[in-house]
Amino acid sequence: MTLLDAPQEVWLRVIEFKDQKLQDKLAGHGMFIGDRLRVLREAPLKGPFMIDLNGRQIALGREVVKKILVEKE
Amino acid sequence: MKFALVGQPNCGKSTLFNQVAGYKAETGNFSGTTVTFTESRVRVMGEVVQLVDLPGCYSLRGNNPAEQEAARYLSSRDIDAVIDVADASHLASALELTLELLPLNKPVILALNMMDEAARLGFHIDGAGLQAELGIPVLPLVASKGRGVKGLFSKALEAGKNPNGKVHYAERNDVNDAITRHAMAMEIAQKFSVQGERRTSWQDRLDDLLLHPFWGYAILAIVLLGFFQAVYGLGQLIESPILNFFNHLTSILLSPLTQGSFFYEIALGVMQGIAAGVAIVLPYLLPFLFGLGILEDIGYLPRIAFLMDALMHRIGLHGKAIVPFILGYGCNVPAVMSTRTLEEPRDRYMAAALATLVPCAARLAVVFGLVAFYLGPLAAFALYMFNLLVIALTGRVLTSLNPETTPGLILEMPSYRAPTLQNVVAKAWFRVREFVVEAWPILIVGSAVLAAMDYFHISDVFNWLIRPLTWVMGLPAQVGVPLIFGILRKELSLVMLSQALGTTNFASALTHVQMITYATFVMFYIPCLATLSVLRRELGTRAMFAIAALTVVIGLLAALLARGVAIIL
Repeated sequence: MTLLDAPQEVWLRVIEFKDQKLQDKLAGHGMFIGDRLRVLREAPLKGPFMIDLNGRQIALGREVVKKILVEKE
Repeated sequence: MKFALVGQPNCGKSTLFNQVAGYKAETGNFSGTTVTFTESRVRVMGEVVQLVDLPGCYSLRGNNPAEQEAARYLSSRDIDAVIDVADASHLASALELTLELLPLNKPVILALNMMDEAARLGFHIDGAGLQAELGIPVLPLVASKGRGVKGLFSKALEAGKNPNGKVHYAERNDVNDAITRHAMAMEIAQKFSVQGERRTSWQDRLDDLLLHPFWGYAILAIVLLGFFQAVYGLGQLIESPILNFFNHLTSILLSPLTQGSFFYEIALGVMQGIAAGVAIVLPYLLPFLFGLGILEDIGYLPRIAFLMDALMHRIGLHGKAIVPFILGYGCNVPAVMSTRTLEEPRDRYMAAALATLVPCAARLAVVFGLVAFYLGPLAAFALYMFNLLVIALTGRVLTSLNPETTPGLILEMPSYRAPTLQNVVAKAWFRVREFVVEAWPILIVGSAVLAAMDYFHISDVFNWLIRPLTWVMGLPAQVGVPLIFGILRKELSLVMLSQALGTTNFASALTHVQMITYATFVMFYIPCLATLSVLRRELGTRAMFAIAALTVVIGLLAALLARGVAIIL
């Protein structure tokens, strides 16, 4: 599933990025395939997601979130 | 001896820099580069050291201009030691950068900053183990409180003097690709950093409230309203006593001169320029910058970006672009500079163009001095709302011409931190100094020049030149010169207006409709000289002219619209 469909507060693992450019960008922010993360909250009106990545909180816009494939741990 | 401070954004690098350099030291923003780094001479244990504060970067291979600048600096300049500042509570991600720094073959010292916060979060870090593993000195630091700063610099001095100290890690491993580096950093972090019980902290609970789907926005509205209310309230409180003082002072100082003589007019112009800086601009600028510093240091601005992302998409940008907008209310110059943190050139262009339409503190003075004073605060408020509408519309139009391809928001939320008075004051002073040193002299000289022009009736030529514009808007011809001077500094379009109209009681020379039209045009047309130069530096000459032309068109359309509405009402 994409991160967009993932339930909140459940630990997930990144399995794929749908876009190479995005993959590079996220790598720059320290996010890679195989990383553990969970969704903490979602902003209203189709706003961004807040995720917990190794204890860091990162806001990701929807266009980013829907390109990240994850699986439940 | 030259040290470079390197670290990921928000790791406390600049806090460390300011602890040592104290804003007092000679700091220079280098022009010609897209990104500024700050250099300062500091004294460390009796030795003078050149310290460089590089822009924050997650990786040396990053793709935003700030990161590229840092990487360029590190590879090109002669640096004796690199101080790698790491947020101790995010060790794994900080080590990725450290692993990139090691192959540079320069002495690296790892400073584990915010040890107090890491301890609160339950982290136990084995500094000695980490030091042995990486083969570089590892030192604890609490930069905000100045703890560990001295030890760090004496270590850096030592390392800089013995550059032959071998870096073990780089020799053992080829850490050239990002995924390997990531895995390695994670592995090392897990080995030497153990997290104990993590309780739900007050930070999490605060986020539950401040990022709440309803209360988050309610609080945002209250915070921003309260902020502006406080700025206006405080500004007004200070403004009239200072103005009175200056009027009094002017009449005393000018009494030996003959009224109406050339020298009298020039001296009056100079005094008016001085007074405009002290009495009109500073009262609003100072509280604004002080408040902004507090909001920045607490860590609220990224939260605003999170809340506003969805709305910003409607005007073709994403949440991170809210920061230039907020800064824009203080001054458009830092607003345009802050667009650097956006990755895509298109986003930077859009955000910069729209941010120049945000009425800065100087234009606020015009709106308040003219519209709020003569037509009431409600009219001024309506003008601000109208301004937001125009910005949103412009965003839509620009987006339809240049469709959105933004990769979307990726923004790390910093922990909340209590702002320190020292830092907030220093930061506000640092920004005010720019006004005092650069803008104020122009204000004074401009004021004197206008007085001279008036005396020799040269201003009529200028008024005639832009008469078509003022005529279309139904304004008197004399406002031409204040509008031209408004390009130098926005305050001048109010200060010079009294000069040009020959009265400080604007109601005797302008109708209410003309006041609204004038204020609306001033709100949008051509950004001030300082903003123009920053636009050129950030986006290039063509973009600067394009944005300036755009603002004239928008200003004219908006002024005509406001005029129509004002006539009907």
